[in-house]
Amino acid sequence: MPALLPTPHPKERRIIFENISKPGYAPDIETYLAHGGYESLKKAVTMKPAEIVDAVKAANLRGRGGAGFPCGTKWGFIKYDDGKDHYIVVNADESEPGTFKDRYILHQDPHQLIEGLAISAFATNTHLAYIYIRCEFPHAARIVWNAIKEARAKGFIGNNILGTGFDLDVYVHQGAGAYICGEETSLLESLEGKRPYPRIKPPYFPAVLGLYMKPTIVNNVETICHVKHIIRLGAAEYAKMGVPGDGGTRTMCVSGDVVRPGIYEIPCGAVTIRELIFDVCGGLKPGRTLKAIIPGGSSAKVMRADEIYKTKAKAPDGAMVDKDLPMLDVVLDASTLQSVGTMVGSAGVIVMDDSRDMVWALNNLNQFYAHESCGQCTPCREGSLWMSKVTTRMLDGGGRADDSENLKSIADNIAGRTICAFGEACSWPTQSFLAKFPEEFEKSEG
Amino acid sequence: MIEMTTRQADQITREFEGEADELIGHYPVSKRSASLPLLHHWQNHFGFVDDSGVEWIAAKLDLTPINILELVTFYPWFRREAAGKVIIRVCRTLACAMAGSYDVKEKFCEAVGLDPHAEHHGFGVAPPTTPDGKFSVEFVECLASCGSAPVALIGDELAENIKPADVAALVKTLK
Repeated sequence: MPALLPTPHPKERRIIFENISKPGYAPDIETYLAHGGYESLKKAVTMKPAEIVDAVKAANLRGRGGAGFPCGTKWGFIKYDDGKDHYIVVNADESEPGTFKDRYILHQDPHQLIEGLAISAFATNTHLAYIYIRCEFPHAARIVWNAIKEARAKGFIGNNILGTGFDLDVYVHQGAGAYICGEETSLLESLEGKRPYPRIKPPYFPAVLGLYMKPTIVNNVETICHVKHIIRLGAAEYAKMGVPGDGGTRTMCVSGDVVRPGIYEIPCGAVTIRELIFDVCGGLKPGRTLKAIIPGGSSAKVMRADEIYKTKAKAPDGAMVDKDLPMLDVVLDASTLQSVGTMVGSAGVIVMDDSRDMVWALNNLNQFYAHESCGQCTPCREGSLWMSKVTTRMLDGGGRADDSENLKSIADNIAGRTICAFGEACSWPTQSFLAKFPEEFEKSEG
Repeated sequence: MIEMTTRQADQITREFEGEADELIGHYPVSKRSASLPLLHHWQNHFGFVDDSGVEWIAAKLDLTPINILELVTFYPWFRREAAGKVIIRVCRTLACAMAGSYDVKEKFCEAVGLDPHAEHHGFGVAPPTTPDGKFSVEFVECLASCGSAPVALIGDELAENIKPADVAALVKTLK
């Protein structure tokens, strides 16, 4: 893992990564305590659980895993005193192509996660939690295990946390190389020891029926870490860092054709695509021009550099007027990206310059989705493989006259017809690459 | 000479079983949840999971063998046959591919003496392995380190920003 730049870019505001980027910062508990560790937990246990849930709601924290669901709303589905066992499962199965933020937290600041988890458990009356870590992070699993033992020895988790009478057991559970387990109901099936086929909805939320059919919170690593900072800073102060409906900071993972790829923690809505690429990340490689970006992990719809989006804006007199929004001026927050037809997702930004062949890029992603489809639903199992075969033949010079149309038809027949969002995740790249770069696909037809 | 049985389950030690019991203890609500941990435990110990492993884990968790076999055949991580002592898993997905991971994987294959174009689909089958059993090389999907592409997981260690020209020297450090 490359170290973060010691001095944050002026556009950054490091909350999650504040300590990680300090020289000599280690993942052990003594280092964490010397940096104010577990003070937020001490504060949280003096609050009423409902106050913590309200703070998370007021902070406008959206899930950082990809779906971007408001975290406080999710927690609100759990009834504190319903007499049922509750569980929290931390989704550390980071595997959305383009995303690599949780890797840093797990390896370099595991106690931040455990503190956030303890606060989350206290707020939702949860006494058993699992941290589901992909097995391709073997060191992370050991580091987090060790952190759990350290935190238990100091009374931050385990029995009678900080003398409150509140108990919380935390265990690490390792995945086994399947992307689908990042889907929350698949993850729960995996944790129950079953084949990880996503569950049929409804119920829509594990908060209703989750692990072992009990109310369960599933949150991403970064999301749980943010809870600590909401308590530390207060909800109002935290929300102020972002934009309405999308509070706090978001860790942007930038990869691909930029001078300085890496992790940048930026207040939600504080940068445009232009600022992120040309200012924060040092621009493109010499002599290159921007062709496209994928803004939110590989499933997010691609954006073409010369696109101009038709959006609505509020005029000074309050009327809504049409406004042309060039792609580079799009602000990287949840609502703006949604308004231009894509998503902030997991904030994994993959940058492609003019040297990139879009048929090649889409084929790479299609192979990924064909490999990772769990096979439960026919449209996805068959369709993801067909899309991969079609783009492969287009790339190998064997494209057929109607291949663009074929591809579109396959993608259109997967999205919306599957049990889980993988159907959309595997169709959106094909649909958007075809729509945005038709000339490249037409060239590859027979 | 009488052919010796090579059932993995016949080689289990008391220590191995004790560790398995501890893992099961992490799942107070349902011991079926220990399926994946026990498969990892088994594969880490024996290198792969044979029929006796599937049966042993199933019996341990009061399941039928198919409940375990269907996991082995689903998850790319598990295999039914031995792989190399060091498995080199090169990331294939977009950011790494853009940074040259296809070239890097070929160089790894050449450096250890494997056919770079051998087909391998995973799902229980071991990745291409050198005849001396030292190395396996395979493509895997996104390893979540796109900012330092191209990357490879070599054993438990992540190698980052790999340049094709450096692969041969890197492999020498593994020998």
